Amino acid sequence: MMEIIEKKQLKLKLTSSPHIHSDLSSKKAMLYVIIALLPCVISSLVFFGARQFLIILTSIFFTASAEFTVRKIRKQESTLSDGSAFLTGLLLALILPPDFSLSSTAIGAVVSIVIGKEVFGGLGCNIFNPALVGRAFLQAAFPVPMTTWVKTEFPVDAFSGATPLSAYKFDKVITDIFPMFLGNTGGSLGETSAIAIIAGGIFLVFMKIVNWRIPFSIITGSLVFSGIFYLMGKTPDPIFHILAGGLLFGSFFMATDWVTSPLTAKGIWIYGFGIAFLVIVIRVFGGLPEGVMYSILLMNAFVPLINKFTVPLIFGGKDE
Amino acid sequence: MIRISYWREFVKGILDQNPTFRQLLGTCPTLAVTVSAVNGIAMALATSFVLVFSSVIISMIRKLIPSQVRIASYIVIIASFVTIVDLVMKARFPELSKELGPYIPLIVVNCIILGRAEAFSSKNTIFRSFLDALGNGTGFLLALTLIGSIRELIGSGKIFNFGILPAEFNPWLVMILPAGAFITYGLLLASINQISIRKKRIKKEKMIEEIIGKKKESVLLSEVAS
Repeated sequence: MMEIIEKKQLKLKLTSSPHIHSDLSSKKAMLYVIIALLPCVISSLVFFGARQFLIILTSIFFTASAEFTVRKIRKQESTLSDGSAFLTGLLLALILPPDFSLSSTAIGAVVSIVIGKEVFGGLGCNIFNPALVGRAFLQAAFPVPMTTWVKTEFPVDAFSGATPLSAYKFDKVITDIFPMFLGNTGGSLGETSAIAIIAGGIFLVFMKIVNWRIPFSIITGSLVFSGIFYLMGKTPDPIFHILAGGLLFGSFFMATDWVTSPLTAKGIWIYGFGIAFLVIVIRVFGGLPEGVMYSILLMNAFVPLINKFTVPLIFGGKDE
Repeated sequence: MIRISYWREFVKGILDQNPTFRQLLGTCPTLAVTVSAVNGIAMALATSFVLVFSSVIISMIRKLIPSQVRIASYIVIIASFVTIVDLVMKARFPELSKELGPYIPLIVVNCIILGRAEAFSSKNTIFRSFLDALGNGTGFLLALTLIGSIRELIGSGKIFNFGILPAEFNPWLVMILPAGAFITYGLLLASINQISIRKKRIKKEKMIEEIIGKKKESVLLSEVAS
């Protein structure tokens, strides 16, 4: 009896939802993001020296082995092949300061996978961006090395190791726009070169890997909020705020994490403007020079709430 | 009502119903003062002292307290013992008292003490209340010592103020910050839950095996009989 049913080719297939499949697998998406990150990797090697590649390798090695080990211990299928652990490792390395100690990098990598991702159940279940969890942990655990910046090595005439934001916060020195655009300033590995980030980010947006609304809303939001404080005479011009620190990197690569960003367009606008508002408030009024990491983590925590309140109207349903 | 043995009455507070890891009570001092093992022990000893004495007193006068004002009466009794502890610590261990700060007076509202008063000593005999309070106090002491030791070891490289880790070890400051308390507590809870789930599963499997074994025996017996 069973054989007869199997041989008969039914034209109508009965399956449960989802019915529409995209050929974009998570493996492919991760690969595209890694490609988009290559300009940042190159800019970090150019500006801070080729030895920074060791930080990247260490970070990737430890995120991958942490993921493998946790899956083994929990007796679950290995998810190493979807590439998300490699991507987390690469992202974490790019937001660490240059010449950061390798042992601390390893600690951050393990924390970002174990506490940031696997305790929630693995890919797709985490509340917070794993790479940012790792960085926040390192920031709290080793505050001094995490805020020690080195001078750029290329071109040789870099005058100070301080990031544009800390130079402004503590010494009231405003860095020129051009070095910030090129990447010739102090800062984390991947965040200094605006042009490299924008190149990678535009690639991601064009390939439709990330939702364009997220970087767009964060950047325009920052322009508006920092513009308000600029007119009040409290802060440098908005362009400085966009190019300085991790705002561009965060808006293109961190806030756009598929798992930890809202599902609907309306929700994304709230999310993006929320991040922009928090970043500018922390930068202008906070004790820390930079606040992109904490802003994104805070808004990540709000994503379930945002999703709940921006459920789209069901076709034929009534607006209450 | 099933009466369990005096020994079980004491032990249950340490393992099966550990106030910190199984009842999840008293988390406020657990998270706040376990920066070092010594602080944890001091806090737990102070709490245990109040717990034991207030449990005994409440159990003694449990039939005299009208149920409408019982919580207020418990608080008065607990607060008297907390005042004793607070003053003794201020006089004898001024440094420790300063370090624990407001958490000693806050023992008044510690939910382990009020919880045991309401759930146990207001319904049980004096001796049973004493054992129950002692068991819970010991469980709390062990839990706080464990959390305090872990945080002190990783957060400052020492344990009971003795340097154990090599000098090259770079202490993780986060562990002596509030975030470290939450991380340590969460991971410990997760591993303890994991152990108890595994224990339960093994117990269940054994029971099932026993039942199957008995059935097979009875089938064999019936076959032999026929």
